[in-house]
Amino acid sequence: MPTPPRRQTENHVDLFEYQGKEFFAEYGMPISPGKIAFTVDEAVAAAEELGTPVMVKAQVHTGGRGKAGGVKFAPDMDAVREHATNILGLDIKGHIVGRVWVEKASDIAEEYYASFTLDRSAKKHLGMLSKEGGVEIETVAEENPDAIAKIWVDPVVGLSEQAVRDWVAAARLPEAAVEGSVDILQKLYTAYTDGDADLVEINPLILTPEGKVHVLDAKVTLDGSSEFRHPEYEQYDATQTRDEREAAAHEKGLQYVGLEGSVGVIANGAGLAMSTVDVVNQVGGKPANFLDIGGGANADVMAGALEVINNDPSVKAIFINIFGGITRGEEVAEGIIEAMKRVSIDSPIVVRLDGTNAQEGRDMLAPHLTDRLMMEPTMLSAAEKAVALAGN
Amino acid sequence: MSIFLDETTKVVYQGLTGSTGRYYGLLNREYGTQVVAGTHPKKAGTDVEGIPIYASVADAKEATGATASCVFVPPVAVKGAVMEAAEAGLELIVVITEGVPAHDEAWFYNKLKADYPSTRLLGPNCPGIISPGKANIGITAGHIAKAGGPVGVVSRSGTLTYQAVFELQQKDIGVTTSVGIGGDPVPGTSFIDCLEAFEADPETKAIMMIGEIGGSAEEEAADYIKSSVTKPVVSYVAGVTAPPGKKMGHAGAIVSGGKGTAAAKMDALRDAGVQVGLNPTEAGDLMADIVASL
Repeated sequence: MPTPPRRQTENHVDLFEYQGKEFFAEYGMPISPGKIAFTVDEAVAAAEELGTPVMVKAQVHTGGRGKAGGVKFAPDMDAVREHATNILGLDIKGHIVGRVWVEKASDIAEEYYASFTLDRSAKKHLGMLSKEGGVEIETVAEENPDAIAKIWVDPVVGLSEQAVRDWVAAARLPEAAVEGSVDILQKLYTAYTDGDADLVEINPLILTPEGKVHVLDAKVTLDGSSEFRHPEYEQYDATQTRDEREAAAHEKGLQYVGLEGSVGVIANGAGLAMSTVDVVNQVGGKPANFLDIGGGANADVMAGALEVINNDPSVKAIFINIFGGITRGEEVAEGIIEAMKRVSIDSPIVVRLDGTNAQEGRDMLAPHLTDRLMMEPTMLSAAEKAVALAGN
Repeated sequence: MSIFLDETTKVVYQGLTGSTGRYYGLLNREYGTQVVAGTHPKKAGTDVEGIPIYASVADAKEATGATASCVFVPPVAVKGAVMEAAEAGLELIVVITEGVPAHDEAWFYNKLKADYPSTRLLGPNCPGIISPGKANIGITAGHIAKAGGPVGVVSRSGTLTYQAVFELQQKDIGVTTSVGIGGDPVPGTSFIDCLEAFEADPETKAIMMIGEIGGSAEEEAADYIKSSVTKPVVSYVAGVTAPPGKKMGHAGAIVSGGKGTAAAKMDALRDAGVQVGLNPTEAGDLMADIVASL
């Protein structure tokens, strides 16, 4: 049974700061010399090679590193050792720091903000530039929206140098920063489009006392759908942050998001899976996850999904919600029966099966029904049953 | 009547010779759709179960009078396929393929808008469009929808589209056309395009709109409904209970910084006079009440 072409990767590929800087450097943007370190000794060695003063910066896929103590200035080697010791292993919003970027410290005269992303409403690329950099752009947007100069770029037309000059003028960057900014912003747009990025962000983009414009931080998210023309994306796969359950699901090509509850959810299609999470909540339960098995629910996919759910110790009941549009009911039934042979499932399963060949599927499941495998006629009644079985 | 698609639409399948395109192309033909051609640059002159294959969309159009295309080619080839269909002068291009790079989508969306403004693009990453009893383009199982109206359906999610038309069928309510606009960042056809068409369609008496968290398409639709839609609208927004900051499968389904939440969308829709169900069943019940009172 053929299924429609499916995305095999996660949609978004997050880069660490240092990976983002290396990515920017390939497009000729000026970055500070630095080295990645996984241990305190490596950090010290990096600082010795670079020469102090340096910055020691936690590499995590989340913002707010500075506030959490993850970014420190080190004037000498003792400070490097001290900061690296404190930062490695630090928990920043649930992200444990496993590596630090040791970078030659820069003198800063002014801090700006620059980014490109896709504006889904305008259906064009959106560039944002502000002379109020160094803080969260959301804060600037709320408190002083006029401080952000925006430019919408039609991808067919592209971004001309004159448009960038007008944009920089609109952002009221000082004369000393104009040429350097125009150069960097053009390169940033090229990196954004050539690299198939969802987001490229420099915050801060700095002006040094010597009058040089320079990239001091880098946030880059790439579009995983474009991996087919970017073999270099593969290097970033190992550094994606996922919880253990999400990593296991990702290995099997399943779309999984871990939640806090006790009802394991398996559904076909992201919309129905979200809706299933909604309904479990609405009948008083707590979903343990969101899991979308996609279009073709064959035995392998279903077994994989059940295995992922089964390995989650907080799951007390499993709700399989399938609407066969593309997927045929008898295949789903076969998948569940086969999966239960392959994997020993600890929690009772409630199945709701509708759509294409649903009756055939229900007939196949009928002889297998026990107090471990139940069937319900509607999405709501199945949710109620699963929630009751989970005991909440 | 129906919108965008009816029994006179002649469809060429780009990717008919692949296993997926073949499967759904034949199913669509079985449903009654005029499946007039397939394309493959190297297989011109052959056929798939009697459906002739041409080297290009232009050749297929010339030979068969095709007016629409259904695209099943892999993500890498979608941009080229869409442009080929637009250049051939087709009126409707339906892209089923999932996993098309967002930059490609933004590019061909704007290219079509500038150079081929009369071509309608639906998708990518959508289940397609079905005018029950008339024609079906894409991967929707035909039998789950009752023909004849009076409800028009538009949805961002594939399986929830099925759920919605099925809930209506269970209540013996028919559908004029069901459009799956897809959950990608740059859908060719928007909620608003569909609302406008349903508003103009005399057989559509009420509209079911299925949204989901992320983006602002539902809020924009709510504004449009307030200003320009006189027919009753029922809505459901998936992801009511999704925790902020979690991505749930679709590129479209992201909540961040309090924007794009289901609550914000439902408020905007209610404010526009839309009846909002908290789950698909409730939305179906709300629609049944409306249809009963028509």
